[in-house]
Amino acid sequence: MNKKQKKMLFRILLSAALLIALHFAPFTGAVRFLAYMVPYVIIGYDILRKAGLGIKNRQVFDECFLMAVATVGAIAIGLVENGDYTEAVAVMLFYQVGEWFQSYAVGKSRRNISELMDIRPDYANLLEDGKLVQVDPDEVGIGTIIVVQPGEKVPIDGVVVEGTSTLNTAALTGESLPRDAIPGNEIISGCVNMTGLLKIRTTKEFGESTVSKILDLVENASSRKSRSEDFIAKFARVYTPAVCYGALALAILPPLVRMLALGLAPAWGDWIYRALTFLVISCPCALVISIPLSFFAGIGGASNAGVLVKGSNYLETLSQTDYVVFDKTGTLTQGVFEVVGIHHNTIDEAKLIEYAALAESASSHPISKSLQKAYGAELDRGRVHNIQEISGHGVTAEVDGHTVAAGNDKLMAKLGIPSVPCHQVGTIIHVALDGQYAGHILISDVVKPTAKEAIDALKKIGVEKTVMLTGDADAVAQQVASALGIDQVYSQLLPADKVSRVEQLLNEKPAKKKLAFVGDGINDAPVLSRADIGIAMGAMGSDAAIEAADVVLMDDDPLKIAKAIKISRKCLGIVYQNIVFALAIKGICLVLGALGIANMWLAIFADVGVMILAVLNAIRALFVKKL
Amino acid sequence: MKKTYKIDVDCANCANKMEDAANKTEGVKNAVVNFMTLKMNVEFDEGQDPKQVMQVVRENCKKVEDDCEIFL
Repeated sequence: MNKKQKKMLFRILLSAALLIALHFAPFTGAVRFLAYMVPYVIIGYDILRKAGLGIKNRQVFDECFLMAVATVGAIAIGLVENGDYTEAVAVMLFYQVGEWFQSYAVGKSRRNISELMDIRPDYANLLEDGKLVQVDPDEVGIGTIIVVQPGEKVPIDGVVVEGTSTLNTAALTGESLPRDAIPGNEIISGCVNMTGLLKIRTTKEFGESTVSKILDLVENASSRKSRSEDFIAKFARVYTPAVCYGALALAILPPLVRMLALGLAPAWGDWIYRALTFLVISCPCALVISIPLSFFAGIGGASNAGVLVKGSNYLETLSQTDYVVFDKTGTLTQGVFEVVGIHHNTIDEAKLIEYAALAESASSHPISKSLQKAYGAELDRGRVHNIQEISGHGVTAEVDGHTVAAGNDKLMAKLGIPSVPCHQVGTIIHVALDGQYAGHILISDVVKPTAKEAIDALKKIGVEKTVMLTGDADAVAQQVASALGIDQVYSQLLPADKVSRVEQLLNEKPAKKKLAFVGDGINDAPVLSRADIGIAMGAMGSDAAIEAADVVLMDDDPLKIAKAIKISRKCLGIVYQNIVFALAIKGICLVLGALGIANMWLAIFADVGVMILAVLNAIRALFVKKL
Repeated sequence: MKKTYKIDVDCANCANKMEDAANKTEGVKNAVVNFMTLKMNVEFDEGQDPKQVMQVVRENCKKVEDDCEIFL
């Protein structure tokens, strides 16, 4: 509780105590009136002041105005008729209880969110003359060696030069699985060092580091309004004056009709009381407070789960997503080429890889890198002689005295060696040893382990169509798509083709169904901004993607897409529940109030009770762990 | 030019009101209130003095939401 809330709580308790005490006090007449004015003023002076200021600043019809009119009116009736002021004070008291509760709930959820987003490092450790010195991370230049002790946050992106440890990346990715760090590893700022002392050579300035970029994103998340919020804002603008005039009509017309047309007693007090009840019931605070709060909690909950949403309008669009378009490389696949198979080999698999890797050892081509990786050990270049690279074909070389040829089928044809074609798709390296075919190695991009599960999850939550766009060859694209269960594939696309494909899809689909594009931000920033909603994978990716995207997934797990949609649906579900619930209760109570069945106490429930329930419901949007 | 100010406001709707008021102030190109972090990001029009503009923004915000505060 902050100071303001404590003060308010004190005012609430004090006036409640006074109200109860006065109930048993034998005061009558003017003394009674003055006695009741004490708790009324204690609890309501700021509301009255705000209502006055509102009138002065031409912002007449707000909740304060409604409350002020209702309570002053109720006091006036008490003064004229029965000397009952309890209801007036109670209305003000409960209104303040509702406001206090709302403010407390907001503070609580704000702390929940900010604790988890608390990734800002306060200092960096430098080693000077064998002693650790704490400095402002802003002052650390690129290439400086910094020391991160166990329990500390990594302040700046860099490469480990000494020490091994495990890192907790939960604050960045929402992922609780710790990551290992050994010398040579690149590590990102914002992780927490858990076990060992690390020395890190910085590769970026603090301002360019991951942690700064993410904090920037969260703090500058534009609060573009969703349609639901707009609706409520517009609704309140029309609604509040409308109920005020409605109440006025209720207070004046029926008595006049009774008096003039029916010849009955006008019963002014009765009708004014009904009008005031009507006013209290109609107060729109449950809506104007709970709807923005739901989005606030929804966006907060999403950031805890590692999904950054740039505004409540995007949360709304995300919930209506029916088409998901993926970029292949880096989104559904790792974007790294690996040896995935060795076929028709006449010699030991390891031996085949070893020969191929050695033959290719002089090349800097990605293929040669993947062969080296598959070999696993350091290559002894001394074993390789006489390397000849035949452009577009492959290489021939002498390894340990054997003639090794490694390359595509064209190379084999050129050397007159019959090769066995591969029935799988990918890049194929045929290997021949001393003029004899020795088998082939299949290299391809690896599908992310969760990619299939991610597509299934999307289907399960009712996404109508999944589409994959790729610049890759058709055979590769078809294979990945059928393995993952993707509905539609467009292959061999240039970056510009991706934009036109997405535009075509946008034109074909019904306007109400939204299209999301998921990419890793390399080459697809224009597509990210063109789609109804652009989802960038891996906040550690390119800055352009973070700029262009509407939703940023902190880690590159495609499963998070379904999770993000579920979070948004839960949040929007809560928003609609609150709108329907609040309007229904208020509608019923308004009718009852106009008919004279509802008294002031029911009105208080319809106002404050509904508001508290709506606020509690809104806070639910914060809890997204189990989705 | 862009600047960030700390603010204090009680409810999400009041934050929206402040944002509206700030956006209507002369010299403000775009203002965004982030209720979660209690911060106001203001982008000023060319050649405006942020200090003077913010005084007016603060006044305008106080008009729509008496309880709010902008820490200048």
